Amino acid sequence: MATLEQPKYTKADFESANDVRWCPGCGDYAILSAVQSVMPTLGIPKEKFVFVSGIGCSSRFPHYMNCYGFHTIHGRALTVASGVKSINPDLSVWVVTGDGDGLSIGGNHTMHAIRRNQDLKILLFNNKIYGLTKGQYSPTSELGKKTKSTPMGSIDNPINPVSLAIASGATFVARTIDKNVKHMMEIFKEAAAHKGTAFIEIYQNCLIFNDNAFVDYTEKEVKDDHSVYLTSGKPLVYGKESDKAIKLNGFSAQSTGAKNGDLKNALIHDPTVKDKALAYVLGQMGVENPELPVAFGVLRKVEEPTYQDRLLDQEKQALSKKPNASIEDILNAGDTWVVS
Amino acid sequence: MAVTEDKHKNIEALEEATIRFAGDSGDGMQLTGGQFTNATAIVGNDLSTLPDYPAEIRAPAGSLAGVSGFQIHFSSKEIYTPGDILDVLVAMNPAALKANLKDLKPGGMLIVNTNAFNETNLKKVNYTSNPLEDAALQSKYKVFGIEISRLTQLALEGSSLSAKHVDRTKNLFALGLMCWLYTRPMEKTIEWLNQKFKDKPDILDANLKVLKAGYHFGETTEVFISSYKIDQAKIKPGKYRNITGNEATVLGLIAASKKAGITPLLGSYPITPASDILHELAKYKQFGFRTFQAEDEIAAIGVALGASFAGGLGITTTSGPGVCLKSEFINLAIKTELPLVICDIQRGGPSTGLPTKTEQSDLLQAMFGRNGDSPIPIVSASTPGDCFEAVFEAVRIAIKYMTPVFFLSDGYIANGSEPWEIPDANKLPNIEVKFRKEKEGFSSYLRDEKTLARPWAIPGTPGLEHVLTGIETEVTTGKINYDPANHDAMVKIRAKKIENIENDIPDIKPVFGGEKGDLLILGWGSTYGSICAATELLIASGHKVANAHLRYLNPFPKNLGAFLKNYKKVLIPEINMGQMNMLIRAKYLVDSQGLNIVAGKPLKVNSITEAAESLLK
Repeated sequence: MATLEQPKYTKADFESANDVRWCPGCGDYAILSAVQSVMPTLGIPKEKFVFVSGIGCSSRFPHYMNCYGFHTIHGRALTVASGVKSINPDLSVWVVTGDGDGLSIGGNHTMHAIRRNQDLKILLFNNKIYGLTKGQYSPTSELGKKTKSTPMGSIDNPINPVSLAIASGATFVARTIDKNVKHMMEIFKEAAAHKGTAFIEIYQNCLIFNDNAFVDYTEKEVKDDHSVYLTSGKPLVYGKESDKAIKLNGFSAQSTGAKNGDLKNALIHDPTVKDKALAYVLGQMGVENPELPVAFGVLRKVEEPTYQDRLLDQEKQALSKKPNASIEDILNAGDTWVVS
Repeated sequence: MAVTEDKHKNIEALEEATIRFAGDSGDGMQLTGGQFTNATAIVGNDLSTLPDYPAEIRAPAGSLAGVSGFQIHFSSKEIYTPGDILDVLVAMNPAALKANLKDLKPGGMLIVNTNAFNETNLKKVNYTSNPLEDAALQSKYKVFGIEISRLTQLALEGSSLSAKHVDRTKNLFALGLMCWLYTRPMEKTIEWLNQKFKDKPDILDANLKVLKAGYHFGETTEVFISSYKIDQAKIKPGKYRNITGNEATVLGLIAASKKAGITPLLGSYPITPASDILHELAKYKQFGFRTFQAEDEIAAIGVALGASFAGGLGITTTSGPGVCLKSEFINLAIKTELPLVICDIQRGGPSTGLPTKTEQSDLLQAMFGRNGDSPIPIVSASTPGDCFEAVFEAVRIAIKYMTPVFFLSDGYIANGSEPWEIPDANKLPNIEVKFRKEKEGFSSYLRDEKTLARPWAIPGTPGLEHVLTGIETEVTTGKINYDPANHDAMVKIRAKKIENIENDIPDIKPVFGGEKGDLLILGWGSTYGSICAATELLIASGHKVANAHLRYLNPFPKNLGAFLKNYKKVLIPEINMGQMNMLIRAKYLVDSQGLNIVAGKPLKVNSITEAAESLLK
C-alpha cells in the first residue's frame, strides 16, 4: 500500500530571503528562530501555514517567514486571521502580535477571537513597551513606569495578558520567554497540536527602549527563585535548590517549602481543569503578586469544539435540510406572478 | 373565502392611487403596509413603496417621534416613485394625523381611528381641541371617522384574549377595510396569518376575525359610496415578484458568488438600514454562504478581507458610520489588491444622523474617504430591483480587477419595494476566477497586461508563498520598498488600474428624451424614480429634456464627458449638498447645477420639475 509521503523540511525552508531588520540583540530573533525550528516538525505542508500580523516590531514577523503571510493594520490581525481560517479551516494560521497591537488598539479583537475558539495560534510578544514608535508605555507597562509619554511615571494599571485570555475563555493559554528557546519550542509544538485558540504570551526583551524588563527570569543568579516551570502531573516546585513549592490556600497561591513532608501540600499541575479559576491564579503569580514566582508553561488546555467545527456543522445541517438548492429556487421564492 | 367575493356596491375605476398607513410604531403599520403591498402585487398593478419608521424601537406611545408610516403608490401604468402626495391617509391616532396630514392632497380621503382621539392622545401632540371637529379640516378633506378600536373590540367580543391583545389587532381592521376599498384580494394575507400564528390558534382566530370585520365594514356600512379598482398594469411580460432593495442585494450576492464558484463570506456588524442583508444571508448556509457577525465594524471588514486572501469572496455590509470605521481596512484592500465588496446602505448623516431615513451623502466618502491616493470602483443601484444587477456587477469588477468595490444603496431603496422581473439564472454571466497555480514566473504583483490585476495566489497553493502588506511594495515583486520612484510608479499603477475599468462598462445614454437637448437631468442611485417621472412630465409639456442615470460612479462611463456636452444645461438632483455635481464639474468642466434637498426623504417629482423649469426659462 502506498503511503503519503510527508514532505521533509528543514529550518532553512521556513527562512525568507528578506533581511531581518530588528535591532541587533532583540528578543524577536530568538522567537523567530524557535518558530522556524518548530515548523518542520509539525508534519504540515509548508504551503498550509499562514502568518498574520498587525503593526509593531513583532508584526514584521511574516516577512521573515518563507510562508504565506499577511502584514495587516494595527490591532486587526486576528480579524483577518479569523476570515482566513473561516474560508479554509485546513490552514494552520498563526497570529503574531504584541502588547500594544494585541492588547491596546486590538484588545477588542483579542477577547472576541478567543471567546469564539477560533483555531488560531496567537503569539503575543510582550516587551512592556511601544518599540516601533520609539518608547511610549504600553498596556503591560508597570504602574509608575517612566517613558517618553509618562515623564512622571505611568498612572495606568497594567493588564496581565494571560488573565485576559483566560477570562475570555481561551482553551489553550501558555507563557514562555525569549531567552529559553527550548521551552518556547515545546510550547509552540503543544500549541500547534491544540485544536482551538492557543494564546501564548512570550516575554520578550526590547534592549533599546525597555532593556532588562525580564532579568528576574533570565539571570542565572535569580531566575530560579522567580520562575516556576509548569509540567502536567508534576508539583509546582521552584527555587535555586528546588526547595520551594506553590500550594493553594483558597483562591490564592502561596509559597511553601518543598523539602521533607512539605511537598505533599504542593499543587500538582493539571492544565485540563475546566474551571478557569485555577489557571487564573497561576497566571497572576509573580505578575500581580511579586513575592511569588512567575509561572511559565501551559496554564490551561481544555478541549472544546472550535468555531470552524461549528460553522461547518451548521452548513452540513442546512444542506441536509435543503439539498439541491439552486439559484432558480431562491430567485423564484415567495409570491410570484406572471405578466403575459 | 367568502370575504373576497365581489360584494361591492359601486366600483369606480382609477388609474392610480397613493395611500399611506400611519400610526404608532407599535401599531403594526409596516406589517399592514407590507400585506397591502402583496395583495396589490398579486392584482398586477405596478407599485412602489416607502416605509418610513422612527429610529426609536418604541418611542413613547402616541408621540410624534413614535409615528410609523408605510406609503404605497400603485397604478395601471408604469410608475417610478412611491408618490409625492397622498390620495388616502389612514391615521390611527392624533400623532399620525399631525405628522402626515400635510402630505394629503386637498380633497383626499382621510380615514381616522376616532377612538384614539381622546384627551390624553390629543394632549401628547399639543392639540388643544379635537382636529376632527374642525370645520376647515372637514371641508378640505373627505374625512371618514371610524371607531376602529371599538369595532375591533366588538368583533372579538367573548374572545379569551386580553384587552391589550385585542387592541393590537386593530391594524388588521384597517387592512381589511382598505382591501375592500381598493378591491384587493385577502387570500395571501389569510395564508400569511395562518402560517405566522399556526401555533397560536386563539390569536390566529382573532386576527382573521378582525381582518374580515374591516372588510365587511366597508361592504355594509353606508359610509363609503363606492370602492375603487385599478386595472392590471401593462408591464413587460415576464415572471415577477415584489422585492425590496435589501432582498435584491442578498439575491445578487448569492447569484454572483455562485457564478464565481467561490465561497462567499459576509463579515458584518448590525447597523440600520443594512442589518436585513445580514439576517437574510444567514439563512443561506445550504449555499455555503458564510456569515460572520463580528464584534465591530472593523472586525467585520477584517474577516471579509481575510476571507478574500484565502480565496473566498469577502463581503461586508454597513452604512455610513460603519464606513468611517472601515476606511483603514478598505485602504489595506486597495494596497494589497484583493477583491472585496463593501455594501454601503446610506442613511442620513453626519454622525449617527438619521438612521432610518434615506440620504445619498456617502458618495464622496466612498470616493475619497481614506488616507493617500486610494482609488476604488463605485457601483450604485437606482431602484430596489436594480440592487440585484448592481451588486452582481460590484462582485464581477472586484474579482476581475482584484480590487475592493463599493456598492452604494440607500435606506429608501433598501426598504422600499417594487415588482421585479425575476431574471433567468442561466442567463446570468459567469464570473471567472483565476487562482494562480503555476510556480514558474510567479511574482505577487506581476500584472495581467489588460486588466492590470495582480495574480490571486491563495494559501494552500504550493510554491506561491508570499507576504502581503500595507507598506509600499516594489512594482512587481511585492517586496517592501520605500524608494521614491517606486512609490510614484505604484500610485500611478493603482490609479490606472481603476481608470481602465471604463473600458469594461456600458456607455451612458438617455433613459427618457433625446441624445441632444436643452436640459439633461443627470442622476445616480435612488433618485432614479423621481427623475424619470419628472422627465416624462417635462417632455409631455413640450420641453427638450432628457435624463440619464449613472450606475458606475468610479470610473465614470467613457463617453460621459462628450455626452454631457450634447445638452445646453445639466441639472443634477441629489439627496446631498451636491457631491456628484462636484465630481462632474471637477472632471468635465461642465457648469452643471444642483438640486439639493436633504430632508431624509426621496426627492419629490414636483421639486425636480420646478428646478428644471426654472433652468429652462
